[in-house]
Amino acid sequence: MKMTDIARLLDCDVLCCEDQLGGHVYSACGSDMMSDVLAYVKNQAVLLTGLLNTQVIRTAEMMDMVCVVFVRNKMPSEEILRIAKESGIVVMSTKYRMYEACGILYANGLNRIEGDNRG
Amino acid sequence: MGNESLYYRFDVDGENFTSAGEASVQTKRILRRVGFSPDIIKRVSIAMYEGEINMVIHACGGVVELFIEEDKIKIILTDHGPGIENIDLAMQEGYSTAPDNIRSLGFGAGMGLPNMKRYTDSMEIESKVGEGTKITMTVNV
Ligand SMILES: Nc1ncnc2c1ncn2[C@@H]1O[C@H](COP(=O)(O)OP(=O)(O)O)[C@@H](O)[C@H]1O
Ligand SMILES: [Mg+2]
Repeated sequence: MKMTDIARLLDCDVLCCEDQLGGHVYSACGSDMMSDVLAYVKNQAVLLTGLLNTQVIRTAEMMDMVCVVFVRNKMPSEEILRIAKESGIVVMSTKYRMYEACGILYANGLNRIEGDNRG
Repeated sequence: MGNESLYYRFDVDGENFTSAGEASVQTKRILRRVGFSPDIIKRVSIAMYEGEINMVIHACGGVVELFIEEDKIKIILTDHGPGIENIDLAMQEGYSTAPDNIRSLGFGAGMGLPNMKRYTDSMEIESKVGEGTKITMTVNV
């Protein structure tokens, strides 16, 4: 799925790096614990989270993720967006809660890939 | 790269959770510029990032050094924090002394040190209670 599809399905506000929305992603993970993302996530390209701080973007960058979706209408600070821009990470915000947001993406085919889908 | 080795040094501000990870971000860019494979870059930067976070949440900051050598990348993390009393215990998955306010920031699952070991080819911890901690990690290239 393209990141534009994520934005559409979750009715997101896209907050930075809109120019990259055409990029394809094949899997996502949802977590509020960055420790767990660093320890268990394999090759997921999208991080859905209810946690709001700069380390979310840093964690995504370390994991080579390309998109962060903040759930429950969380609005990232200027600083978070600045770091995301520097790192070229697409940031979006959705009104859906974590469970719903993950469910919608899964039901629409994200993560339906062979192999390890842990996370 | 030739036979030359490259050296970089980063200060990690222990007062500032927001800026934690800057050394790892810089390192990631340096390694990309040198042209290492994505897998090597990811392993080095995750290991360094976990170490950097530990310095901020457990040790009031410190210094990160990066050595790019012909056959390996070496990271040395040095701090003058409280030290680690029982290293074997600290290395166990899930062991953490992080307070709840750290967990509410998304860290403190006790996976950092095990993760650093998992992503690197060697890891050595020297620590003295009351004096500080030095962690040396290498990734073969
Ligand atoms: N640089 C450090 N200085 C002092 N103690 C440390 C340091 N790094 C790790 N520790 C100790 O080791 C424990 C385990 O570390 P880690 O596996 O990274 O888990 P976490 O950071 O989630 O607590 C920490 O909770 C802390 O007690
Ligand atoms: Mg840690």
